[in-house]
Amino acid sequence: MLTGFFFKLRHGGLRPSITEYLTLLDAMNRGLAARSVDDFYYLARSSLVKDETQFDRFDRIFSAHFRGIEDALQSLLGEVPDDWLQRQAELYLSREEREQIEAMGGFDKLMEALRERLDAQRERHEGGNKWIGTAGTSPFGSYGFNPEGVRIGQHGSRHRRAVKVWDRREYRNLDDTVELGTRNIKIALRKLRKFAREGAADQLDLEDTIDKTARNAGLLDLRMVPERHNAIKVLLCLDIGGSMDDHVRVCEELFSAAKSEFKHLEYFYFHNFIYESMWKNNRRRHSERVDTSSIAHKYSADYKLIFVGDATMSPYEIVYAGGSVEHWNDEPGAVWIKRLLNTFPKAIWLNPEPEQRWDYTPSIKLTRELMDDRMFPLTVSGLEAGIRRLLHGSAGTTSAPVGH
Amino acid sequence: MANSRFTGTSSYVATHDLMMAVDAAVTLERPILIKGEPGTGKTQLAVEVSKALGRPLYEWHIKSTTKAQQGLYDYDAVARLRDSQLGDDRVHDIANYIVRGKIWEAFESDVQPVLLIDEIDKADIEFPNDLLQELDRMEFFVYETKQLIKARNRPIIIITSNNEKELPDAFLRRCFFHYIRFPDKETMEKIVDVHFPGLKKNLLREALEAFYRVRDVPGLKKKPSTSELLDWIKLLLAEDIPPEALRAEDARKAIPPLHGALLKNEQDVHLFEQLLFLDRRGRTQ
Repeated sequence: MLTGFFFKLRHGGLRPSITEYLTLLDAMNRGLAARSVDDFYYLARSSLVKDETQFDRFDRIFSAHFRGIEDALQSLLGEVPDDWLQRQAELYLSREEREQIEAMGGFDKLMEALRERLDAQRERHEGGNKWIGTAGTSPFGSYGFNPEGVRIGQHGSRHRRAVKVWDRREYRNLDDTVELGTRNIKIALRKLRKFAREGAADQLDLEDTIDKTARNAGLLDLRMVPERHNAIKVLLCLDIGGSMDDHVRVCEELFSAAKSEFKHLEYFYFHNFIYESMWKNNRRRHSERVDTSSIAHKYSADYKLIFVGDATMSPYEIVYAGGSVEHWNDEPGAVWIKRLLNTFPKAIWLNPEPEQRWDYTPSIKLTRELMDDRMFPLTVSGLEAGIRRLLHGSAGTTSAPVGH
Repeated sequence: MANSRFTGTSSYVATHDLMMAVDAAVTLERPILIKGEPGTGKTQLAVEVSKALGRPLYEWHIKSTTKAQQGLYDYDAVARLRDSQLGDDRVHDIANYIVRGKIWEAFESDVQPVLLIDEIDKADIEFPNDLLQELDRMEFFVYETKQLIKARNRPIIIITSNNEKELPDAFLRRCFFHYIRFPDKETMEKIVDVHFPGLKKNLLREALEAFYRVRDVPGLKKKPSTSELLDWIKLLLAEDIPPEALRAEDARKAIPPLHGALLKNEQDVHLFEQLLFLDRRGRTQ
């Protein structure tokens, strides 16, 4: 019965499942949405949409599919057939005419008059200002204008008198059509989990306890182990500003996913390429900087180094001293990145630019060479390939299908 | 089976869409997932639903270290080993050492209970998936005693999430969903009225104006929420601040008094002060 609506939702990018749809029908069967269209809207939204970022899309599809249904249901005069009311050209009314219409009386009087006229009406009528027709100045019918006029099922509101809940578009700013959901990133980052037991021993190791107790001829010997933590350490360097502004959303998601996943995460920002200093606080990027060489000394070699950047710049910025756009750097960026790569042997570069374009940008090719081809696209599959490379150090292709 | 519909209680204002969602969940015996900004009354909802329907409430507050198994039961191996050393007779029956979790207790209830699973997104990313079978079929198996525990009455399960992590699809499919939007002025007035009956109208009006003004400041890290508003009003009443002190026209007192209840972040307070300073400078120039 509502299958049309269900498939429209699926085409519109929401993915309600069949079970959810059947639940909705079940609920309607039990009379939950019997009282008004608003109730039905809330019930449908609660059953079919499970994320508030999709509310806006749901509202739009609902509005498109059920246009006019509210008027049809609310019509107090029984069914007015739709084919009566076809679109006509708009009639613009002058101010005086509108005032005349306004003077026609209150709502109750209008309803009364409409009832009488419907009874007396014999045939469809267009234009004119007494009978119900279309595009007339009568207070009744569609496309007429009367501030207290009664709308009878047309295909669009001309003057937006009664705004329905779903037409209000309250959730518009929550909608985000993002390709990489944070959860997908987290699932990919989970592969970087290498649990190690560190810290105070506070968990009972049952097997070891049994073993030691048995060896002890039955005298209890409790063995404890520390809890498991994800021991992987990550050093994340993010390119910020300029051409990276387009990719801010993706990088934010990656960043927030990484922060919650890793206990040891250090992050720094740079602009375009690595030079002699980076910064942690974007507001203070010119006053508070951290020397790249001190980063190389401070963090041990078992940190995994991940660069995130589009590597899109003039090649001069990489290979020449003084090439940086923001300041004079004594040594070219290529030298600095080589230093970092020597200190942190496990390193990858994640690039939000699509892979097909990499060969057309010289700076990306250069960066890729400097990284020994350890550059991966910032998509879920690219992330997985990159992580595999980080863990096992083997060269994998990013386009190969990933199986779990 | 719901005998009565949930329409809010005398101490909790429920919007129409929330009532519909709770009704649907209760009637169809499915869990309901509630999301929303912190401080909008998600946890309170479960308390109110149990009050309104007259059912017992079981609360399970999830921490980052919580495992799904802990909600079902825990096998206290250490106690058993200790008792075996002491020669206690209870050792022979393993059932003596099974500690029941909240879900088990809810299943054992004689009357249909309300089970609150609070802040499910705090736990590990796979946590919701570990609960799928229990949520679906309302039963689970205890390995140690080889028992199958089934729910006597299907509990009304209310799950809240702060939106810190995304939840897996398989889990979302099994629930109804509701997002508690931040209340608009009308609803907010009702909420304040429920908590502070008899509050003077002009104080209420000025407080709400000031509150929404603070919320509208762009760039705040943490916008003040409903519960903070209620705390703030309590403070205002305790300190006997007159409504005139809350108006913005008085440039010297443009930051609302006792703003520590609303702005919990140092950066937010600084941002607020900066914007006011700039605004004041703009006005005098």
